Amino acid sequence: MKPFSLARKLGLVAASFYALLFFSTGTVHAHTQSTSYLNLRTTPSGLTGEWHLALRDLEDAVGLDLNDDGVITWSELLARKAAVSAYALSRLHLRGDGQTGRLHINELLVDNHSDGAYAVLRFDVAGLSRPNKIELIYSAFFDIDPKHRGLFRLEDNGQTRLAVFSPTTTTQTFDLTLPAPRAPFVTFLCEGVWHIWSGYDHILFLLALLLPGVLLRRDGRWQPVSAAQPAFVNVLKIVTAFTVAHSITLSLSALGYVHLPTRLVESAIAASVVLAAFNNLVPFFAERGWMVAFGFGLLHGFGFANALRDLGLHTGQLAATLFGFNLGVELGQLAIVAVFLPLALCLRRLMFYQNFVLRLGSAAIMVVASTWMAERVFDFKWLPF
Amino acid sequence: MQSTFEHFFNVAKRYFVKSLVGFLVINFATVLKAEPYLPHDGGEILEKLRATAFDPTAHEIHQLRARLAADPTNSLLACQLARRCIERSRTDADPRFLGRAQSALAPWWDAATPPIDVLVLRATLKQSQHDFANALADLDVAAHIAPGNPQVWLTRATIFTVLGKYNEARQACLPLAQIAPGLVALTALANVSSLTGSAESACGLLRNTLSAKNSASVDEKIWALTVLAEAEARIGQNAEAETDFKNALAFGQHDPYLLGAYADLLLDQNRPTEVIDLLRNETRADSLFLRLAQAEAALTPPPATLADHLTSLGARFEAGHLRGDFVHQREEAQFTLHLLHQPRAALQLAQTNWQVQHEPADVRILLESALAAGEAAAAQPARDFIRTNHLEAVQLNLLAEKLNQK
Repeated sequence: MKPFSLARKLGLVAASFYALLFFSTGTVHAHTQSTSYLNLRTTPSGLTGEWHLALRDLEDAVGLDLNDDGVITWSELLARKAAVSAYALSRLHLRGDGQTGRLHINELLVDNHSDGAYAVLRFDVAGLSRPNKIELIYSAFFDIDPKHRGLFRLEDNGQTRLAVFSPTTTTQTFDLTLPAPRAPFVTFLCEGVWHIWSGYDHILFLLALLLPGVLLRRDGRWQPVSAAQPAFVNVLKIVTAFTVAHSITLSLSALGYVHLPTRLVESAIAASVVLAAFNNLVPFFAERGWMVAFGFGLLHGFGFANALRDLGLHTGQLAATLFGFNLGVELGQLAIVAVFLPLALCLRRLMFYQNFVLRLGSAAIMVVASTWMAERVFDFKWLPF
Repeated sequence: MQSTFEHFFNVAKRYFVKSLVGFLVINFATVLKAEPYLPHDGGEILEKLRATAFDPTAHEIHQLRARLAADPTNSLLACQLARRCIERSRTDADPRFLGRAQSALAPWWDAATPPIDVLVLRATLKQSQHDFANALADLDVAAHIAPGNPQVWLTRATIFTVLGKYNEARQACLPLAQIAPGLVALTALANVSSLTGSAESACGLLRNTLSAKNSASVDEKIWALTVLAEAEARIGQNAEAETDFKNALAFGQHDPYLLGAYADLLLDQNRPTEVIDLLRNETRADSLFLRLAQAEAALTPPPATLADHLTSLGARFEAGHLRGDFVHQREEAQFTLHLLHQPRAALQLAQTNWQVQHEPADVRILLESALAAGEAAAAQPARDFIRTNHLEAVQLNLLAEKLNQK
């Protein structure tokens, strides 16, 4: 065999061989596969819903790109509105307490998800009053794509239920009389409240700031405020400053913009408690408690972010968890203020308050917080809390 | 003194305003999801189905689909369609096409002994779903029926390489080289060698083969160059790696895997601006989108798009969880560690991912997250893996050393 024909033969082999081959260097992951999002909401009179269907899926199911130019325009989608609606209605069936519900599509809108554009169908369900038991039969796109999933969300009376439809699970029943599993928002809200109450450093910091809230500094001496209103304003300023400050750093840190080492943050928080208490004994920020609250509040936000991180952030529900946790922290903080403020207002005229509660209280806070600081800086454990 | 103070004050003010704005934007952007809207203009482009108006593959897929609908048990047609769809899923990084391919093979999906071509394609699809055990089972049957089919051996070699079972991978390469000697077989083998202590010689072999005149197709050359560049990057030959990545990119094909591998090299060299230029429009493929966000986060200050990108990425991982997909665990671990800064959660993901696959990137995220979480012991499986296989990789060795000092 001549070299020439050998080379040609090899070339031929290579060519026919290529037609057959898939080579892949390891794994490439791409965005999520075909998914639709179906939301159903109970209203006092019945049920309403919203169904997001990917235009790419609808293109394969009913055909949208009428002029075959590779893009789907709004007028093309509008022109196929009847076909899209008919397809959707044939692929979703709903029963409430055994009665068949009739779906009426009211609106066709568009929404951009991170993986492309979706047609949004808003619908009402006629023939059902608010049912106790809802049965759904979902069969969209499974024939053209076995990897398609329908992500279903049912909102009823403040409760959210989630479910997934797949080729093997096309029918599901939801009993609205049973309590739904808690949403992350509620879970994290409770975690936020709990974090404030169980994290003594935040309580002591707040107390150190609030203790002089019902007093005024005159001629180097503490005087009780004459009326409740200035005390309210004062406390409001402090709490707002603290809230705004820690919300900023909590968000920035939880979203990954700023990151500080846990030990540094925790040590600095302990130091902030010491300084806040010291400020009550030797005032250097006499009537600007809110400034102290703001400055140190920035620090405490990093602490909250670390706590939130330890709970494990739900990546997709970052907003809900962050917002829930933050709100929980505020509620926990308000509860403390609600207990403290009336008590302090009652006691403010007593010498006992100025001498004992303020001075001794602040001194005690300083001692505890200094110990925390030492523990955190030098990484040992001495106090049981 | 005065001016220093003023300067400090100004800087502080700027950062304060910035963080306040950031805080408001973030909270409102993430709490309020984008609302569905009613487009005003009929000409508004809602979705791009493909890069160009005229696209022969899209046309072919369309026609094949119509023909198959009329004749759904025609395995020849089904395989043709499935093959086009798989190719498309790779060039577009759109796994929706994998689902479409599976639908073409539906009549045979659960069959014990489907036609050989169906069997091989089914294995390829199972591999893409990380169902490696069943993919290998299909390939065992296929190797029995049709030992002369090169795709059977190539897919086997690929799966074993992903699993880090390099002996088995090498054994699959040998029949491949016999049946179909050429660049593909050589690349598959060189890839295994480069991961098992012979990186230098594997690179030399690939370089020589590529520089000689050969009849390999463009896709084959791109694949070989990518494997070569990745191996060079692992052993610290960054300049060579960059040249080879650029040579591969110069063919002008859209290859998401290649883009990702090149972006990794740039990220390791702290060149985020170039990564952003490279991946600016690659927001569809998770793996590329993740690298884009990593590059954005590496800039100070990060660009305004970062917050949005983080939310989108998070939403995608969440959708994957809801769907019950677990093919994104490596990426999610990287996202959790590098962008959310949650080392413990990242370590858990990296450990679960390690149960499934053992590519160098899987080794790396396990080492990185164990290091960040301060749990050196958790990295032991990865370190054992490096030692047993003589895996040469500068970045991995650096991490292992840091773990040693813990």
